[in-house]
Amino acid sequence: MKVKMLSRNPDNYVRETKLDLQRVPRNYDPTLHPFEVPREYVRALNATKLERVFAKPFLASLDGHRDGVNCLAKHPKSLATVLSGACDGEVRIWNLTKRNCIRTIQAHEGFVRGICTRFCGSSFFTVGDDKTVKQWKMDGPGVGEEEEPLHTILGKTVYTGIDHHWKEGIFATCGQQVDIWDEQKTSPICSMTWGYDSISSVKFNPIETFLLGSCASDRNIVLYDMRQATPLKKVILDMRTNTICWNPMEAFIFTAANEDYNLYTFDMRALDTPVMVHMDHVSAVLDVDYSPTGKEFVSASFDKSIRIFPVDKSRSREVYHTKRMQHVICVKWTSDSKYIMCGSDEMNIRLWKANASEKLGVLTSREKAAKDYNEKLKEKFRYHPHIKRIARHRHLPKPIYSQIQEQRVMKEARRRKEVNRLKHSKPGSVPIVSEKKKHVVAVVK
Amino acid sequence: METAPKPGRDIPPKKSKLQNKKKRPRRYWEEEITPTTATASAEPPPNKKRNGEPRPQKPKNTHTPKKSRPSKKPQFLKKPRGQRNAEPPRSLSGAQDPFPGPAPVSVEVAQKFRRIDKSKKLPHSKSKTRSRLEVAEAEEEEISVKAARSELLLAEEPGFLEGDEGEDTAKIRQADIVEAVDIASAAKHFDLNLRQFGPYRLNYSQTGRHLAFGGRRGHVAALDWVTKKLMCEINVMEAVRDIRFLHSEALLAVAQNRWLHIYDNQGIELHCIRRCDRVTRLEFLPFHFLLATSSETGFLTYLDVSVGKIVAALNARAGRLDVMTQNPYNAVIHLGHSNGTVSLWSPAMKEPLAKILCHRGGVRAVAVDPTGTCMATSGLDHQLKIFDLRGKFQPLSARTLPQGAGHLAFSQRGLLAAGMSDVVNIWAGQGKASPPSLEKPYLTHRLSGHVQGLQFCPFEDVLGVGHSGGITSMLVPGAAEPNFDGLESNPYRSRKQRQEWEVKALLEKVPAELICLDPRALAEVDVVSLEQAKKERIERLGYDPESKAPFQPKPKLKGRSSTASLVKRKRKVMDEQHRDKVRQSLEQQPQKQEKAAKPVGARPSALDRFVR
Repeated sequence: MKVKMLSRNPDNYVRETKLDLQRVPRNYDPTLHPFEVPREYVRALNATKLERVFAKPFLASLDGHRDGVNCLAKHPKSLATVLSGACDGEVRIWNLTKRNCIRTIQAHEGFVRGICTRFCGSSFFTVGDDKTVKQWKMDGPGVGEEEEPLHTILGKTVYTGIDHHWKEGIFATCGQQVDIWDEQKTSPICSMTWGYDSISSVKFNPIETFLLGSCASDRNIVLYDMRQATPLKKVILDMRTNTICWNPMEAFIFTAANEDYNLYTFDMRALDTPVMVHMDHVSAVLDVDYSPTGKEFVSASFDKSIRIFPVDKSRSREVYHTKRMQHVICVKWTSDSKYIMCGSDEMNIRLWKANASEKLGVLTSREKAAKDYNEKLKEKFRYHPHIKRIARHRHLPKPIYSQIQEQRVMKEARRRKEVNRLKHSKPGSVPIVSEKKKHVVAVVK
Repeated sequence: METAPKPGRDIPPKKSKLQNKKKRPRRYWEEEITPTTATASAEPPPNKKRNGEPRPQKPKNTHTPKKSRPSKKPQFLKKPRGQRNAEPPRSLSGAQDPFPGPAPVSVEVAQKFRRIDKSKKLPHSKSKTRSRLEVAEAEEEEISVKAARSELLLAEEPGFLEGDEGEDTAKIRQADIVEAVDIASAAKHFDLNLRQFGPYRLNYSQTGRHLAFGGRRGHVAALDWVTKKLMCEINVMEAVRDIRFLHSEALLAVAQNRWLHIYDNQGIELHCIRRCDRVTRLEFLPFHFLLATSSETGFLTYLDVSVGKIVAALNARAGRLDVMTQNPYNAVIHLGHSNGTVSLWSPAMKEPLAKILCHRGGVRAVAVDPTGTCMATSGLDHQLKIFDLRGKFQPLSARTLPQGAGHLAFSQRGLLAAGMSDVVNIWAGQGKASPPSLEKPYLTHRLSGHVQGLQFCPFEDVLGVGHSGGITSMLVPGAAEPNFDGLESNPYRSRKQRQEWEVKALLEKVPAELICLDPRALAEVDVVSLEQAKKERIERLGYDPESKAPFQPKPKLKGRSSTASLVKRKRKVMDEQHRDKVRQSLEQQPQKQEKAAKPVGARPSALDRFVR
């Protein structure tokens, strides 16, 4: 007879002294871990609930402006520095870590229409209603010196926007036409127009740095190549586009913020159909800015809220609002992709977390492991109806909520009408137009 | 430096010159001796040698017995690299890795950790979904290999009992085993002589550290059976029908004559649950925190012990219920009835999930093995049957016992114990998840009274038997899982660890509605509602957004696109599509016919000649 009994030595399983860590032997055999899926599901449910509990995105409000904030600019080298221009011509430079204003300049008479920093971060440009372009030093004046711009260019018409080239000393302004300036010269290198209308914004492509995009009030978006004297092509939409933003990771992709409450992501190579139509806002979209990862963007709207959209989704993943925030005019995603700033009508700049439930500060390794595990669980079970409902739920202010309901009814009625028309007409005579194609009027080359 | 002779080119001896010719230029990091042609021919090149011989070091497979393991097992290499096989890389020191490449893993062990069922295909999955699934499958495969490799780290080996040549293990008496094993194991065999308070029911806690027992005449006691330290001993002055530990050893549910009572580990009565009356059997579902009670009145009641609410009270409509067990794999309750059926219950459904006709007479005992693959039943017809629970509940094997088994229990490693009046028989199977073979018992033991309760102790090679003469703790080598998981149920956990575990377990309490036959169903795609949603969407839109538009030929250059040629091109494409469809359906037809064909071995019917 040969016999062996299971006989464990407790010394191998119990810690020796109280100062030791507890011994935890592991065995990953699935029969010792029954109900793996239901238990993971419950964990995912708990993680989703906790995410909603900890979703406190609002960080700070920077006040000091004496009129609505009209434009914002990021510092290219310093994460803590932010520039803002207001409707009374005042430019302020803020320190985000201390959450205070470090410099105030009375830059223009009337609105500051546009502000942009030079790629090296040594100076910045402003344009205003007083038909001037001014270049300012980033550092304040020394003791006893006057606050004065480095250069001032007097133009013939009002400039409505400005953007700086990402690598060279060249900037572009827009107004009645798009002007491209050398920093050293007082007259533009070239001026480009296509039709006669006021252009509201111009943006350089961060990757293909010779490319520019602009949007005008005659409902079109025009693309330019700086090396040519004439524009490349334009797309005409149903309604006016307020501003565009290029994707910082994909050179061809840009997103347009439109007056018809939607945002359109275009591929520059095929303008006739937008890649994605992003709809959730209930009023005109005024500004849009990409995250540095190029995966998401944030949009500011006249409906007093800002929303975060994934690039490949038509619905927003997040909406931020507060009781006191009025029409949001400008929005920026910071360069570390962790925060969002927005400037609004009621003279405040607000700082938000890009990920509402994120814990700020240094995480211990166990915290980090738990966070990663929860993230993975949420991803695994995100399509389950109960979890989806909790993860998607957002509280909305009453006006936005009721407007969403109203627009849903309107849309449903239009759709019903279309279906009826399709049903009662000869097959093939009524074309089926997809939501993407519906809003593009024409593409001109 | 000077003394070291330089291999001069001018006056080398003849032999060395010859060698020099064959020698390729040696780098300073290579080893000194390069094999000459003679030595190379004498012994095979190192790479061939490695391929021919099995590696001396192999991962320990704890679940297959050592001697039966074949020497040349199909080895499961994750990514056999061609380069490595061609020439083993050498390190800076010149030493050669004796075991190059990833460590081999046996396929069966890796298979144990597989979670994705690749046979199930998604209907109409898009390419994006498919590629994501492929990534997930590759990840899962890698993880299973890693988990299989980590089995090497398991500390303990399972116990075993082998007879000599021609010796039957069933003849080996407990006293012999006690004599043969070490003192610590021998101390696990004991008898509690409690003739006074009648037949006993017993229960081990989840960790296997504590034992509670209750006698018919009201004697209730709980003890740490390893150290033999008594926690409490009381007499409830009422008949005790069943006893169960709740999630930890601190709470004890006792089914008494009238009502269900809950005691703590000092014997203080905490609750008297009057909604559960005349309870005959108790089962505790540890991950759901549900106490299932079956009563004389024919009700199966689920009590949530974490909040103290009754989740469901199901009327089985089958008279008195006194045979109950749980399936540890999916938390389904199996009830045995007097008409020979076993019904499967979940608190989410008012009706049984399934009913299995098992015996000609009434069902006396039911047990389900920990992997949930097989169920053992015994009935009044003196039969002991084993059913496969995975598919259509087919009987796997049956055996007639002279007296019939009144109590059944499965161990963690798939041993089946049956109590027949005052004898306990134990049958063993091949491996862990295989059903026990009923031909020859593995062990037998005669007790001093009639058996009333049986349970294998988790994580110990011990079978606890409650009988009319008291309690007996039997030694059954090879019964228990040798390696426990410290985060699930740790027999050596401290108070602090238990408290932490309790909080975690309560946080992830599985809702009662999720109990169903397949616990993995939650991780699979709900194909039915997917199809339904798609249908509804098409109805709402008035057209199918995913359908492909019919081919429309583009007009070609001037003069080349007459109406006739356009029609011809269109026809060509349509014909091609049609041919594809026909081809596909032809390919599917033989498969369908095979399915429709009669099962092999069916008796031919006279009417078959009319079948076309």
